[in-house]
Amino acid sequence: MKEIVVLSGKGGTGKTSLTASLALLAANPVIVDGDVDAADLHLILEPEIEQQHDFFNGVEATIREKDCPACGACINLCRFNAIKEKKKLFHKKTYVIDPLSCEGCGVCARFCPYDAIDLKPRLCGQWMISKTRAGPMVHAHLGVGGENSGQLVTLVRQKAKEMAQEKGHDLILLDGPPGIGCPVIASLSGADLALIVTEPTMSGAHDLSRLLKLTQHFGIQTALCVNKWDICPEMTTQIEKEATAQDVLLVGRVRYDEAVTHAQTQAKAIIETDAASAEDVHNLWKKLKEKIS
Amino acid sequence: MIIAVASGKGGTGKTMISVALAQTMGKKACLFDCDVEEPNAHIFLKGKLISEKIVTLPFPVVDEARCDNCGKCADFCSFNAISCTGGKPVIYAEMCHSCGGCFRVCPNKAISEEERRIGTIQEKQNEEITYVQGTLDVGLPLAPPLIDALKKTPRKEKHIILDSPPGTSCPFIATIKDADYVVLATEATPFGLHDLKLAIAAVKELKLPFGIIINRTNAQNTPTHAYCQKEKCTLLGEIPNDRRIAESYAHGQTLIDALPEYQGLFSEIAQKIVKNGKRR
Repeated sequence: MKEIVVLSGKGGTGKTSLTASLALLAANPVIVDGDVDAADLHLILEPEIEQQHDFFNGVEATIREKDCPACGACINLCRFNAIKEKKKLFHKKTYVIDPLSCEGCGVCARFCPYDAIDLKPRLCGQWMISKTRAGPMVHAHLGVGGENSGQLVTLVRQKAKEMAQEKGHDLILLDGPPGIGCPVIASLSGADLALIVTEPTMSGAHDLSRLLKLTQHFGIQTALCVNKWDICPEMTTQIEKEATAQDVLLVGRVRYDEAVTHAQTQAKAIIETDAASAEDVHNLWKKLKEKIS
Repeated sequence: MIIAVASGKGGTGKTMISVALAQTMGKKACLFDCDVEEPNAHIFLKGKLISEKIVTLPFPVVDEARCDNCGKCADFCSFNAISCTGGKPVIYAEMCHSCGGCFRVCPNKAISEEERRIGTIQEKQNEEITYVQGTLDVGLPLAPPLIDALKKTPRKEKHIILDSPPGTSCPFIATIKDADYVVLATEATPFGLHDLKLAIAAVKELKLPFGIIINRTNAQNTPTHAYCQKEKCTLLGEIPNDRRIAESYAHGQTLIDALPEYQGLFSEIAQKIVKNGKRR
C-alpha cells in the first residue's frame, strides 16, 4: 500500500482540483481530505456520509468563579496569554480564560492554589467516513478557531490506513493543507510520496523552496507538477530546473484552463469534462503511476 | 487601526491586497507579513533590511544526574512531547509548546529551560513602505508563538496591515484576534465561497467587523455575490479577472506599480475600511 500526499506550500495552486481527478483515475483509492480547516474536496466528490464522529482533543481550562479569589497566580503561569482580567462591581475583579488562546497545557489548573480551575475535554471538530464515486473517503471538519489541526490530520490518516489495510486498497491519496506548519508536518511524516503542485509565479517558487526543505527534512520522495504552467513559461522552466537539481521527479505540467472553475461549479473533476487540461492530468497520472509502482 | 487581510482559501489574493493597501496608505501604514510559514510580501516589496531579531522559545532540558526517572513530567505533558518509557525522559522539541509545565512538576528540579530559536523577525523598508516579516524555521509547528512575537514589534504608523496565513485555524486566529477590521479576500468559485463561509463564521465568533473583496470576477451575479447580499456583508470591492494581474503577479510586481489604474479602487477600499473599523 502506498500513500501519496498532495501539497503546495502556497495556497490556491490547484491541489484539490488535481486531487479530485487523480482520485478518479486511480483504481479505487482511499481518499483523504487532509486540509481540515478549509476542506473543499467534498465539493467535487460529493461524499455520502456513512459515519460521523466527534473529535475531542486535549483540554480547555475554565475558572470556577465562585472558588476563585482572584489571586492572580494563573495569569503569571500561563505562557499563552489566555487568562484575562474581568472587572466586576465594587472594584472586585475575577479572571476568565479565553478559549481561543488556551492551548490546554494544564499548568494553570495544576498550580492554582485554590484548585479553582477545571480542565474539560475540548470538542475540536468532526471526522467522517463516506462513500464517493471515486472510492471511500475520510474527511473532517475542524471547529471554528480550531485547535489541534495537526492531531485531526493524524487521526484521519490513521483511519484511512486502517481502512486501506482492512479492505485491501493499494493507494491512499491525501489532499493536503497549504503552508509548511503543523498540519502539513502531520500529513507528511511517513508518507511514500509528496506530490507538490505549484504555479509559475515568484510566490509559488519561493513557497516551493521552503516546502522542499521540509520534504527533505523528513526524507520523503517528492514529485512536482507545475499548474497553469503557460502563465509564465520561463518561470516554469526555471522551477523545473531547480527542482530536478534537488532530485525532485517531474511528473508533468498542467495548462491554464478557465474550464477548471466551470467544472467546479458543476461538481465535476476536470477529467470528467472535455476540457483541454484533462489531457495534461491524464499524462501526469500515467507518469505518477509508473513512479509509485 | 489594525487591519487584517485574511481568507479561508489560499491563493485568493491576500498578499496582493495587503501590499496594494499598504502602497495606497503609504507612510501612514506598516505591513506585517504574518504568514510566517510562507511569507511572500517581500517578493513584491523588495525592501532593504533594517533590523533582524531572532525569536526564541524556552524548551526543557533534562539534567540526567538529578533525574530519578519518576515520569511525572511525561505524565503531565499534554502534548506528548516527553517520553519516559526507556527510563530517562526523552524530549521531542517539535511537539513541545513551551508551556513550562514539566520543569514545574519535576520534584527533583532536574528540568530547566533553554531558549531555542524558532524563527526570525525582520524589519525592511523600500522608498514607500516599511514592513515587518516573520519567518518560521522550516520543520517547526510553532507559527502562533512567532506570530504573537511579530505582532509585538512596536510601530508608530497610524495603520497596521496584517497579511494573514490561509485557513481558519490557530495561525489565522493568532493573526486576526485583536484586529479592528478584517478584510476577507475570496474568489467567486465554489471553493472560494465555501471557505469564505468558514472564515466569516470565525470572524463573527471573534465579534470583529469585516468586509469582503471578491477577486478575479467579471460577473456581478455569482453565488458569492448573492451570499454577501443575503447575509448583508459589506462588499469592499471587486477585482476583475484580468490576465495582466496574473502576469505581473507572476513576475513579482505589485498591482499598483504594474497597473496604476487600480489605484482608485484601492483608495476607495481603504476609505471604506477606515470608516467601518473599530475605533480605539
